[in-house]
Amino acid sequence: MSTERGQIQIKGFHAETVEDREGLSEWTDEKDTEIPSRWVLIGRQLVRDRLALIGALFVAFMLFWALFSRPLSVMGTTIQPFEAVPYDPTRTGVGDRYESPSLAHPFGTDRLGRDLFSRVMYGTRFSVTIGIIVTAIAASFGVVYGGVSGYFGGRIDDVLMRIVDMVFAFPGLVLALVIVSMLGRGYWQLVAAFTLFGWAGYARLIRGEILKVKQNEYVLAAKALGARDRKVLFRHIVPNAIAPVIVQATLAIGGVVIGVAALGFLGVGFAPGTPEWGTILDAEKGTVVAAGDEWRWWATVFPGLMIFIFVMAMNMIGDAVNDALDAQNETNVDNMGPQG
Amino acid sequence: MSLRRYIIRRILVSIPVLFGVSVITFGLVHLTPGDIVDLMIGQNPDLQPGEAERLRREFGLDQPVYVQYFDWITNALQGDLGPSFSQGPETSTLLVSRLPETIALGLFGWVFAMVIAIPGGIYAAIRRGRLGDDVSRFVALAGISIPNFWLGLMLIAIFAARFGWFPVLDPQTDLLSREMLWWLILPGIAVGTASSASLMRIMRTTMAEELNKEYVTAARAKGLPERTIILKHVLRNSLISVVTVAAFITAGIVSGSVVIEVVFGWPGLGQLLIDVIHMRDVNVIMAITLFVGVAIVIANLFADIVYALLDPRIRDDY
Repeated sequence: MSTERGQIQIKGFHAETVEDREGLSEWTDEKDTEIPSRWVLIGRQLVRDRLALIGALFVAFMLFWALFSRPLSVMGTTIQPFEAVPYDPTRTGVGDRYESPSLAHPFGTDRLGRDLFSRVMYGTRFSVTIGIIVTAIAASFGVVYGGVSGYFGGRIDDVLMRIVDMVFAFPGLVLALVIVSMLGRGYWQLVAAFTLFGWAGYARLIRGEILKVKQNEYVLAAKALGARDRKVLFRHIVPNAIAPVIVQATLAIGGVVIGVAALGFLGVGFAPGTPEWGTILDAEKGTVVAAGDEWRWWATVFPGLMIFIFVMAMNMIGDAVNDALDAQNETNVDNMGPQG
Repeated sequence: MSLRRYIIRRILVSIPVLFGVSVITFGLVHLTPGDIVDLMIGQNPDLQPGEAERLRREFGLDQPVYVQYFDWITNALQGDLGPSFSQGPETSTLLVSRLPETIALGLFGWVFAMVIAIPGGIYAAIRRGRLGDDVSRFVALAGISIPNFWLGLMLIAIFAARFGWFPVLDPQTDLLSREMLWWLILPGIAVGTASSASLMRIMRTTMAEELNKEYVTAARAKGLPERTIILKHVLRNSLISVVTVAAFITAGIVSGSVVIEVVFGWPGLGQLLIDVIHMRDVNVIMAITLFVGVAIVIANLFADIVYALLDPRIRDDY
């Protein structure tokens, strides 16, 4: 008998003998009636959802500009030499002050004669990448934190969840403001500002799911076979509890993008002149109060519209992911027929 | 569990959370890298570098961190939040003078959110799966996605500057006057839109859920008009969901008003927070952060108690 944990050795079983024997039942392995995995079903539904498709196209479009608007270099070496925007986003005087949109300057120019199309498209790099990085870190930490809390329960759960309650007492934007005011402006400062407390939502969400999932017999079976806690939690429980976290994360990227732009707009996100959407709006906000025909609308409409469109696209994807997951969940009301 | 015992337990649970809120507030300012006195000197050319030692002593920064925290929290509990070096008066006086402005804006935002969200949610739930539902889903998504500060700028540009229907810059009238409503409408819409959109989705889901319940079938079988069923029975049960998300919506409105106050030059707490952040006036930063945290914990507590009053089942779950 093997002494290794989690292994049961069966003696007296000879595969050849068994195969030679006549079949005891009519059972055959029917591949065609096999039910595809949950994730395959969700994926199929997502592809069919038109809103999600439009959203995904927009996000892909934005990611293209984030990557290719200007050359990209990491630690001195250029890894992406293309330049998709016509002008250097920070160069002044490529046109006159406040030129209205034209073929040469599709989004017009700003108060220093900089090309707004180049600035706005390049600006994708800031908000969108911060949104993705923050969400990835916050969600990963939140899942581990909430996972430990929900799985072990008891005193640990009480303490860990009280800490989450404390974080929840503050609106995320206020915390981010205070953190940035202490750390100073900049890219990684903003990432820190939104991750430092952003994980709490994911932690609370997955904990609730884990409390349900851990009641399942397969969890008990895994424990009975001697699997370690870490393996039970991350191999058997978390994958079955992760779905709402994915929805939440998709929706949260848009929220972070708005938050980053808001800090830029409040003048605490980036140095003045940075081609980031919120910072551009901050610099040009004076143009909106000009009365009558003098409104230079392009200076504020395009940067804001870009934030709006990106966040809307992310939310359309999130909404569709949510619907696809709901469709897998029979108890959901939205699935109980057309008449409700 | 009796209601009274539930309320007492709920209050007791809030005490450690309030303690944690104060620790987070203090820790954010005192444990982040960067010396506060250096930051202050960098922001204020009037301060001589030689004064650093005096400032450190004055702020008690030469003491261990836990002593500093203890001093700060005991003073704060007595209503003394320290001086504000950038704004002149005592921090607590400042807070009291700015608070009514923020409350007025926040309340208006709340009312706007409810007025749009409840009928919108009912409509979407009744028309579920039809065009009206799709349109409302799209409108709600747009409302959640639009950056509030940009919405504010666009509202000013179109309705105030171009059409001249609304006044533009900071309010010049008394807070409790009829003209004030004119000043409130645009910023109120900008503050309330995002909350309104998410509340509308929540209303729709709960309404749809309630409409599937057996008591609705029973009421229909009894021959009650659809209008009575929806407005009298279903709506009343669905409104409970508004209470459960009330604290969440309040937090959204608070952070929304920080940005919107800056857009509209509204002289409330949000604008004050941004001003003192630019000046690194730590006493006021801590005071506002603490105030926001405590207010939301209390709002949460209040919402839970109202929920328990409305739905007795919840008391047993606790």
